[in-house]
Amino acid sequence: MSEPLKQADIDQEIAARAGEQGDHPARDYAPYRSTLLRHPHQPLVAIKDPEAAELAGPVFGVSDVTPFDNDLTKQHLGEPLGERITVRGRVLDRQGRPVRGQLVEVWQANASGRYLHQRDDHPAPLDPNFSGVGRCLTDDDGNYLFTTIKPGPYPWRNHLNAWRPAHIHFSLFGTSFTQRLVTQMYFPGDPLFPYDPIMQSVTDERARQRLVADYVHDLSEPEFSLGYRWDIVLDGPTATWMEEGR
Amino acid sequence: MNPTPSQTVGPFYGYALPFPGGGDLASGGIAVHGYVYDGAGDPVPDALLEFWQPDEHGSLTGSPGTMRRDPTNGAVLGRDGVRFTGFGRVATDLDGHWALRTVVPGNGYISVCVFARGLLHHLYTRIYLGQDAFLDSLPPERRQTLVAVEERDGVHRFDIHLQGEKETVFLDFG
Repeated sequence: MSEPLKQADIDQEIAARAGEQGDHPARDYAPYRSTLLRHPHQPLVAIKDPEAAELAGPVFGVSDVTPFDNDLTKQHLGEPLGERITVRGRVLDRQGRPVRGQLVEVWQANASGRYLHQRDDHPAPLDPNFSGVGRCLTDDDGNYLFTTIKPGPYPWRNHLNAWRPAHIHFSLFGTSFTQRLVTQMYFPGDPLFPYDPIMQSVTDERARQRLVADYVHDLSEPEFSLGYRWDIVLDGPTATWMEEGR
Repeated sequence: MNPTPSQTVGPFYGYALPFPGGGDLASGGIAVHGYVYDGAGDPVPDALLEFWQPDEHGSLTGSPGTMRRDPTNGAVLGRDGVRFTGFGRVATDLDGHWALRTVVPGNGYISVCVFARGLLHHLYTRIYLGQDAFLDSLPPERRQTLVAVEERDGVHRFDIHLQGEKETVFLDFG
């Protein structure tokens, strides 16, 4: 067995890639070791067919989501442990138009940094009152809202002493298959940001900041929750917008 | 406006994104199945595949949801198995295998979106069930990576290679 990589080795690799341009991370971002054998070497092949099926929207939806699905604190009989938060924001396209009636899904670790998953063996307690899964549809203005608890940071095996900053995973449908986005929302001021190769894979500083929610005191609810605001802008071709968006 | 950057789906989406019957777009049609492999030729056990396709007649307007819920606790019970939505979602199993039950798409291909731990930005590809002008535009050795092999009547095999000699053609929609 070779020596495990140290944080200093990863830091050097992160520094070497810092400042590269691009809104999305490169798939060959070596500091995140799992990318090594999982990125294609051949260039992507451009599709220029205006009839391409991918320019239409996947139908998953309206009748599949109930009004209770967006409160992750109400899925069990008891209250989950941790800091109760509400996360709000708008889903927009690149022209700033609301993406309406589309599915937003979230999943996250509990307050101790443990996922409800067989393969998460991080020695932190599971919370019997928290599953960490939520769904909602955006409203007519593109708004979404989740009530949940703040997830904890957790260790992983990318390198020695690798710890993920606290984050909530987001899955977003758009009005076309090509607007599909899976991303992660981070919490402001987390001291783990510079050490995390997954977050740092977004090498452009301004782009990376778009992954971080704002704490907004006015959105905190008295004697209930701390409020965060995170707006999401979906990529994808401009040809797909519909006046009557689903 | 600038887009929100993509991030990996991670290894622990498993209880959140896949749902019972996620690969059952329609019954009584065809089966499409295969494996996802990494650059070392090893199966990828933590990939998530999404599918999108028209019905037999080419229509992309499916039913707006067919999911049944447990009225007591809200748990997802799976699809009703009758109405066609055109959307499928399947996680690979520990062998890197996935399977889909569907109908032959009227446009000749099933669109695929690939997510996995280690993939910072998802990848698109297509499963072709027959000949097509787009396939003809590709070099012959690469063209084959987009064409399903009919293993037996109504059962089609389509493997996805993320990297390496057999690397699948991945698509860019601009």
